[in-house]
Amino acid sequence: MTAVMNESRQFTPELLEEVNRIVSLFPEGKQKSALIRVLHLAQAHFGHLDTEAMDYVARLLHLNPIEVYEVATFYSMYDTKPVGKVKLEVCRTGPCMIEGAERIIAHIEKRLGIKDGETTADGLFTLKSVECLGACGYAPMLQAGESFHEHLTEEKVDALIEEYRANPVANYMGLK
Amino acid sequence: MSENPETVSVTIDGKTIQVAPGTTILNAARQIGGEVVPPAMCYYSSLKGSGGKCRTCLVEVSKGSEKDPRPMPKLVASCSTTVMDGMEVKNKTSERVVDARGGVVEFLLLNHPLDCPVCDQAGECKLQDLAFEHGKSKTRYEFKRREFDKIDIGPYIQLHMTRCIMCYRCVHTANQLTDKREHGVLHRGDAAEIGTFIEKSLENDFIGNVIDVCPVGALTDKTFRFRSRVWYTKPMDANCECSKCSGKAVLWMVGNEIARVTGRKDENGEVTEFICNECRFDKKDLSQWNVEGPRKIERSSVISAGHYEQTAPEHTPLLNKA
Amino acid sequence: MSKKLLLEHIDVEGIRTYDVYRKQGGYQAVEKALKGMSSDDVVEEVKKSGLRGRGGAGFPTGMKWSFLAKPDGVPRHLLCNADESEPGTFKDRYLMEKIPHLLIEGMILSSYALGANQSYIYIRGEYMFVMRIVEQAIAEAYANGWLGKNIMGSGFDLDLAITPGAGAYICGEETALIESLEGKRGNPRMKPPFPAVKGLWQRPTVVNNVETIAAVVPIIQHGGDAYAAIGIGRSTGTKLISASGNINKPGVYEIELGLPVEEFIYSEEYCGGIKNGKRLKALIPGGSSVPVLPHYLICKTAAGEPRLMSYESLADGGFATGSMLGSGGFIVYDEDQCIVRNTWNFSRFYHHESCGQCSPCREGTGWMEKVLHRIEEGHGTMEDIDLLWDIQRKIEGNTICPLGDAAAWPVAAAIRHFREEFEWHINEPKLSQERNYGLVTEKTFDAQPA
Ligand SMILES: Cc1cc2nc3c(=O)[nH]c(=O)nc-3n(C[C@H](O)[C@H](O)[C@H](O)COP(=O)(O)O)c2cc1C
Ligand code: SF4
Ligand code: SF4
Ligand code: FES
Ligand code: FES
Repeated sequence: MTAVMNESRQFTPELLEEVNRIVSLFPEGKQKSALIRVLHLAQAHFGHLDTEAMDYVARLLHLNPIEVYEVATFYSMYDTKPVGKVKLEVCRTGPCMIEGAERIIAHIEKRLGIKDGETTADGLFTLKSVECLGACGYAPMLQAGESFHEHLTEEKVDALIEEYRANPVANYMGLK
Repeated sequence: MSENPETVSVTIDGKTIQVAPGTTILNAARQIGGEVVPPAMCYYSSLKGSGGKCRTCLVEVSKGSEKDPRPMPKLVASCSTTVMDGMEVKNKTSERVVDARGGVVEFLLLNHPLDCPVCDQAGECKLQDLAFEHGKSKTRYEFKRREFDKIDIGPYIQLHMTRCIMCYRCVHTANQLTDKREHGVLHRGDAAEIGTFIEKSLENDFIGNVIDVCPVGALTDKTFRFRSRVWYTKPMDANCECSKCSGKAVLWMVGNEIARVTGRKDENGEVTEFICNECRFDKKDLSQWNVEGPRKIERSSVISAGHYEQTAPEHTPLLNKA
Repeated sequence: MSKKLLLEHIDVEGIRTYDVYRKQGGYQAVEKALKGMSSDDVVEEVKKSGLRGRGGAGFPTGMKWSFLAKPDGVPRHLLCNADESEPGTFKDRYLMEKIPHLLIEGMILSSYALGANQSYIYIRGEYMFVMRIVEQAIAEAYANGWLGKNIMGSGFDLDLAITPGAGAYICGEETALIESLEGKRGNPRMKPPFPAVKGLWQRPTVVNNVETIAAVVPIIQHGGDAYAAIGIGRSTGTKLISASGNINKPGVYEIELGLPVEEFIYSEEYCGGIKNGKRLKALIPGGSSVPVLPHYLICKTAAGEPRLMSYESLADGGFATGSMLGSGGFIVYDEDQCIVRNTWNFSRFYHHESCGQCSPCREGTGWMEKVLHRIEEGHGTMEDIDLLWDIQRKIEGNTICPLGDAAAWPVAAAIRHFREEFEWHINEPKLSQERNYGLVTEKTFDAQPA
């Protein structure tokens, strides 16, 4: 792996080690297969995937930058624009909708004073409605970072928001 | 069935031909020529991996092969389905095909802008031809069309993403020209777009060919002069001495001036020999070329259908509803 | 209590860990296979079992395995499809989260059967916390000699890894999954070539669902014949059902195929009936892609037979009066739900998830969503219903991958069975914003074959 110096974007040695481990899960020369997971790491580490972050990943994995841009813009979990520290991703699909997902979204909008897709002024929360997350039997639900929060009620959402406000480390998707 | 073991026999709209095994239905149809040839908006014979996406070339296989005569249940993309010995295919003679193709054309036009009169591709646009042939007189789409800003990708090429039909030909072209591809497909679904992500120019001596492979006017030549008179340009075959390419090109003339230079397209609308950027973008002086004579436009297009010099778009279905 | 094969030990404390799993008889099937069976024997047992793919299409697994090309010197791969993104489906997550070693054991058996030495589990990115659990279990399996070189002295080597997606339903389609595993956009490939000939890195590849692979464990343990003895007809064995919607007890249930739908909905052992004493309005039995059934076609088929939880019975009547078992995402709607709104919601989903490669799906899914939204908001016209029908008809069957069909079918079925509710939305724009339509009137169908 080529170490890239003098760059604004740089992984820590631990992260580089993790990249090496991920690359080693695939045969020689197939390091592109590590891209999706390494982008999760980059997003967790840098906050979002700006061009510098993507170019850095491209160099790490010996890819053309466009190959990284193509992938980063395809998958809905990646953010190429800045987002809040904590992303509250509320499922809006059928089974959740009939169990009150819209009520939950409206409640969060009111609580945080933002609309779906927006980030609070303090940069702490982003609200995003997303498609089915595989928790339909435990609806309504939201994902924050790696955690699923299920059987949501307005009270539960309020408590969650306070919890994350006190300890905003949720959006670390991809980190150990 | 084919008598010759080296070839297989296929019948398309009642016309039978012997072709080499492994030939696609589309290419077999092209060997027959004429009305049996399905329209192809994304396939391009010289571009590896192209095809399968636009779905305009769908045909009905009414008999799978001599060995297994069962019809194929679904319509298939003729550009990516290989013929089997004894296969029978219906193109225009299939109601299902005509119906489905009409649908595909409608889908392709759904978000397409209505700017044919000011489009560089006017008159030689495959989509315009298709719309003419299959289009209904009115669009049934009553929602806001998708729009993008025009962007320059380098000094020579401009991308009008709004016109793009996502055929991927330009991406395949770049892939084939270089292992350092700089543009690609970003985002997904109906938000997918061609782009470089960052403002970036495409660098490669032959990259100008993306303009020629583009079936619509999404990738255009920024050195195109007298653009406002696109409907009046006259194509001339010409050649020049070139160290990079064959130098065989088409000059699009306005009077005695070269408005733009493109590669030569065959009867399927495909460029036979790619030309280099220098010939395309830099040689705008007639003294740099040997003019062979006027280019014959043979294929059935709005040009040859006699709509060419009458600013045809007014007669195409595209414009009947703004 | 009906027979449990996959979830038998699910409630055992600590079953997620290797030690407890092993104590409950875990990895015995691997021992049995590696010590006393050839890889062809394993394939043979799976064929005998009648196991059909649990990812949605229900294709016989043994037959799929026998299509795998085996050119000399070319590695082959087994990929486990843990992308699980079909709305209404959450059973694979349940299995991996609760009893990850069952999947790993199944992966070892299936890889052995296929002669694959490097296998992958592709899990949707949103299941990152589940990925950690499985990754931990894989590490335990390596540490105990069930993975790696020369497993149990059998000479069989297997490396297994789990790798995530990043938010794309389409990556559940097997060729899109392969593209994604290669680090690319999840654009489905044109077929042929089929993955069995050219899959991951252009090598012969089999893609199977999590539950399919897990089911290989009891099949090897008890024998294919014993598995085939469970279930009904060509729907053999057990199936995990993800039950959601307006029922008293949503969750994941393992059922014996052939269980009456009525029993599944109303018995205390399963869904426990409709919530709040409401009436049943509609059912989507196999995930959002399959046709919705109106109340009068749920417990009985159009022919008046009891409807059973099996591939055949749920499909009885074809699309005119039947549906599909699909992925087993069982979504129940009570009388207060709006079919128009729900159909719009699903069409938004397919619009959002289209990869955008082929024109009918890229353009048609968004168009359907917009027209449905217009009707739902009370601005629709009668022509809109016909327009919707025409759009879905022009998408279906004309696309590269089945996502186009998956987007078209729910719209077609909603119009077919709930047309009067659509018309009511159009005729009563005000009222439809205030209340829901309720149950639709029973229609009689001509007895038409599927
Ligand atoms: C759009 C689409 C999404 C799919 N999603 C999944 C999925 O999430 N999980 C799955 O196992 N199969 C999914 N499938 C089916 C797979 O393509 C494939 O048939 C399946 O993984 C094969 O495994 P099986 O034979 O064990 O069922 C999907 C298919 C399509 C067309
Ligand atoms: S820009 Fe032109 S060539 Fe490229 S994908 Fe769009 S329509 Fe095709
Ligand atoms: S049907 Fe939809 S998802 Fe499938 S390839 Fe076409 S555009 Fe992509
Ligand atoms: S519908 Fe919300 S998790 Fe499935
Ligand atoms: S030319 Fe065949 S699908 Fe486009």
